[in-house]
Amino acid sequence: MRTAVIVFPGSNCDRDLEVALQAATGRAPLRVWHTEPTLPDGLDLVGIPGGFSFGDYLRSGAIAARAPAMDAVRDFAGRGGHVLGICNGFQILTESGLLPGAFVRNAGLRFVCRDVHLRVETADSVFTRNYPPGAVLRVPVAHADGNFTLPESRSRELAEAGRVAFRYTDRAGTVAESANPNGSTDAIAGILSANRRILGMMPHPERLADPALGGTDGAPLFAGLADAPG
Amino acid sequence: MRATVRIMPRTGVHDPQGEAIRRALSGLGFPEAAEVRQGRLLTLEIDAEDPEATRTRVEEMCEKLLANPVIEDYDIELGP
Repeated sequence: MRTAVIVFPGSNCDRDLEVALQAATGRAPLRVWHTEPTLPDGLDLVGIPGGFSFGDYLRSGAIAARAPAMDAVRDFAGRGGHVLGICNGFQILTESGLLPGAFVRNAGLRFVCRDVHLRVETADSVFTRNYPPGAVLRVPVAHADGNFTLPESRSRELAEAGRVAFRYTDRAGTVAESANPNGSTDAIAGILSANRRILGMMPHPERLADPALGGTDGAPLFAGLADAPG
Repeated sequence: MRATVRIMPRTGVHDPQGEAIRRALSGLGFPEAAEVRQGRLLTLEIDAEDPEATRTRVEEMCEKLLANPVIEDYDIELGP
């Protein structure tokens, strides 16, 4: 499986994402600088990493979403390519119009940097197929503008379409206000595109995909990708 | 010509920063501010003559980058 990671000025989780993708696919991801107008040939997956692209200026991910490389990613996605956006990457995907919704400041106003629990809401995607539906994972978050916002009616539509990938829960897998680190609508932590090939998620699975990092709950996500048809 | 663009969170969008400011005001002895919303103000110095054409261009800038229509409204004022 051939993968690439887009790098913007201010991206800082690109290397962690590359390490996780390499471990799962056996092949080093290509690195694409944001000014590149085209992607390398033959890619199966593009990763949009976490960080503070363009300093979060104007709105988190707003300027990165308009970079030439993201035009190329939009084309790639339009042709059925897989895209994984993590944290700032999720913000960039919503600003790009590749995923619905938008982000505002965390409801508690603080930058939140801790482990949370996620419940897998659907196993029907290459990203989540290695988790039993309803599985509860522990994954770190690190964000100040992680409050995923969309109208209630739209949230219901996404849920009915099975497009909510993860929700924030307590360790028992129950949605609760105290378990939601940022006030996201309906505790949504990650969503899928209509064709289920684009995943955006606020938590960092790449930070818990190796025993040396203190846990491997994130590893099945990358393993599921690697099994995807090339 | 100067364009002043005011970008505000849309009605109904949760504004945690506005809330924090409201609480701080209340704590300082200004409880009468029942709601505070925080937005952004951008000023653009535009090298152009025609206000109509400029307004159209600045609207396009808002639609394409300056405002996120999912969560923000904007208005534009043109001046000398």
